[in-house]
Amino acid sequence: MDIIKKASAGTLESSDVYVEIEPGQGIQLELESVVEQQFGDSIRALVQEVLAEYGVENARLRIADKGALDCVIRARVETAVARGKGE
Amino acid sequence: MNNKVVSSLREAIELTGLKSGMTVSFHHHLRNGDFVLNMVMAEIAQMGIRDLTVNASSLFDIHAPLLQHIENHVVTKIQTDYMSGVIGKAISRGILETPVEFRTHGGRPSDIELGRTPIDVAFIAAPAADGMGNCSGKYGKSACGSLGYAYPDAMNAKKVVVITDNLVDYPLLDWSIPETCVDYVVTVDAIGDPHGIVSGTTKITRDPVGLVMADRAAQVIRHSGLLKDGFSFQTGAGGASLAAAKFLKDIMLKENIHGSFGSGGITGYMVDMLNDGCFQSLMDVQCFDLKAVESIRTNPRHQEISASHYASPSARSAVVDSLDVVILGATEVDTDFNVNVHTDSNGYIMGGSGGHSDTAAGAKLSMIIAPLFRARLPIVTDRVNCISTPGRDIDVLVTQAGIAVNPKDTELRQRLVDAGLPIVDIHELKELAERTTGAPAHIAKGDRVVANVIYRDGTLLDTIRSVPAK
Repeated sequence: MDIIKKASAGTLESSDVYVEIEPGQGIQLELESVVEQQFGDSIRALVQEVLAEYGVENARLRIADKGALDCVIRARVETAVARGKGE
Repeated sequence: MNNKVVSSLREAIELTGLKSGMTVSFHHHLRNGDFVLNMVMAEIAQMGIRDLTVNASSLFDIHAPLLQHIENHVVTKIQTDYMSGVIGKAISRGILETPVEFRTHGGRPSDIELGRTPIDVAFIAAPAADGMGNCSGKYGKSACGSLGYAYPDAMNAKKVVVITDNLVDYPLLDWSIPETCVDYVVTVDAIGDPHGIVSGTTKITRDPVGLVMADRAAQVIRHSGLLKDGFSFQTGAGGASLAAAKFLKDIMLKENIHGSFGSGGITGYMVDMLNDGCFQSLMDVQCFDLKAVESIRTNPRHQEISASHYASPSARSAVVDSLDVVILGATEVDTDFNVNVHTDSNGYIMGGSGGHSDTAAGAKLSMIIAPLFRARLPIVTDRVNCISTPGRDIDVLVTQAGIAVNPKDTELRQRLVDAGLPIVDIHELKELAERTTGAPAHIAKGDRVVANVIYRDGTLLDTIRSVPAK
């Protein structure tokens, strides 16, 4: 099942990440990160990985990262996906 | 001569004979509440004077109008010991054609006194002054406490202008800077905003990671062999450093240890340690909070010292030479123990040595407290982006995951191992952090040198490069 409504997870606190997800065509990912230079590519790869795991093929995401660890990013994206699917 | 009070700032500047190409200086005791640098530079700009060197002991975000003066070529060179983020970002993007000269709080007065960085006109922001220029930071609505960093400017500039919002009858009692070196006095409505000058209270951290680090730091001091009668100590105003001071105080009181002095920028926590008998005196070059200002005004054991007395490497001796322990911060530490406090994780300038490398050079035990990583960026790197303090002057790095001792300190390392403290190799801290955060990619650096980091002895320690536009 795909994303059926707009949803979000996370905060803008340091070391957290704020994820917004909504219905879209294909995967559109906008990332703004305080560690873009150091970890931007690996964050994008991780988000794609989580979306694939949950079978999300169409969604628009806006992510504001304040230096979250991978486990935090994964948890926030998973939560946003679940909320966006109306679970 | 009746007195030295002139009718306006403009008149004072004209009387000094300030001309294009000269050097003006400022001190930073009013910190982010300072009005004086901006009012002087605005007047100078209006007078059509250009191509000035600004030698300021530190620059804060409130000084952002300086950027306009740089764009208009009123200011073409900056010498400072510290600059906060707003100015630092603009410098990193290349706004200034000549590289900023970063010195230390000890190197600055040393170079002024040795004639390496002569000052044409010094502007002294004075919370209290009389008509002949005797002045003090301890009294008045804009009280800031110590005027330590202003001494070398006042003593060595060709002309000295005192700017005050609190003109008192001659002679001012308990003056700090004497009339002998002052040429003109100007009165203004306000030299600063009290809320930006000193914080109401500086607070210790409540972050559990910070408290673990602080406790470890206090234990390192306790087992270093230095914590005994006559002990001397300095710490910064960061939350974890203050917590370490509190834990240290508990140990000193419990074990009945009577220290000699506390030094540096002084906070209420250091004042508490003085009043509780941990130290005989405080040696104060700058007050950080209201409690420190109150203490330096009322307690003769709380002594004002000049920047040279604090940290000059060319003085016959300075307070830092008698320091046992200093606790310092870092944005990065590398595996050779070099410390960066100049640039942030993206290479932008957001700080400076201040007294970092002076105290590290002087103290018997120089300790860095820093978390294993901050917002996903490991503290320990292979090579810091800027060397602010050389690793040879750093003895210990305390993190929540373990304590790394510089390999040169074999005896200290053994003491801490014997005390059962968690001693680890600094490379292990780097690996441990990267197992959690991932290995960060290197940041891009620009082509231009935007700042030179000058060590306290006058040698070039490192250069800071521009940050390329995205």
